[in-house]
Amino acid sequence: MQQFAPLLRSDNQPVRYLVVDDSVFARKNLIKMIELFGGEVAGEAGDGLTAIAEYNRTKADIVLMDITMPQMEGIEAVERIVRQHSNARIVMVSSVGYQENILAALQKGAKHFVQKPVKPEVLYEILRYVLGDDPNAPSGPVALAEESHR
Amino acid sequence: MRMELIQPFINAADAVFAESLQAPTKILDLTMEEDTYRRKGIAALIAIKGDIEGRVILDLAPEVAISVASALAGSPVAASEQVVRETVCELANMVIGNSVTLLNDAGFRFKVFPPEIHVSEQGLSGNVETEAMVICIETPCGQIYLNIAMHYLHRRRRERDTVAALD
Repeated sequence: MQQFAPLLRSDNQPVRYLVVDDSVFARKNLIKMIELFGGEVAGEAGDGLTAIAEYNRTKADIVLMDITMPQMEGIEAVERIVRQHSNARIVMVSSVGYQENILAALQKGAKHFVQKPVKPEVLYEILRYVLGDDPNAPSGPVALAEESHR
Repeated sequence: MRMELIQPFINAADAVFAESLQAPTKILDLTMEEDTYRRKGIAALIAIKGDIEGRVILDLAPEVAISVASALAGSPVAASEQVVRETVCELANMVIGNSVTLLNDAGFRFKVFPPEIHVSEQGLSGNVETEAMVICIETPCGQIYLNIAMHYLHRRRRERDTVAALD
């Protein structure tokens, strides 16, 4: 299995993640990757409404947010979280990766986008970028999102 | 049913299965069906509404789902009904999500709904507008079926724009 250097916060503590996906299976896969990256799961949610409540409770360092979910979709949840917490760092994780969706999520305040099936090495680089740890990363979220389509 | 609606699903299924299972896949069979669809194992149905409407069913035997779940998890997964359902839904999500991304880039606009597990013994009937294409894909974990039934509801955006410009 591929090894990754731990991603840590500036205070050297593990990065805390909120994992939002209506599929338990998808959440488990993401949690496995988070553990590979040396992170900690602060909370989980299966829909946008629960995600907002969990973010308010945990103030996670990173939110991994699915788009298509019951009750409230991911993009609306992003908008509501960012409205209350402008410094929230949210990465969209979805199989639906067309430009309109990506742009809508970014406009609402998401920091980045990764398309399913998620490759650990791709998610790792995106997290490094979002956490501000990678000065050599491409210049912006859309640039990376476009690369993932090629 | 037009091939331009089908090809993105074939491409996406091939890419998603190959990437998820880390092995090449092969299309074993491709048939048109107008009769009622009867599932072969556990089936997840995803509805699509917009410029094109219809539904896609991803269908696989429970033992294949467990094998896929183990491959995705990187270690053996204990068989249970919940694992089977979760695996089928997540596979369907990934295949349909990647397919609609390709279709959206081709100018079609629509909304995709979360997957529903299809358990009806009665099957789903087709009609003239929604004849289904059934694709059997061979993967290292076993055979996976995609049943696609869709029809145009509206012209796609670029055609609408062209007509508007001519008016």
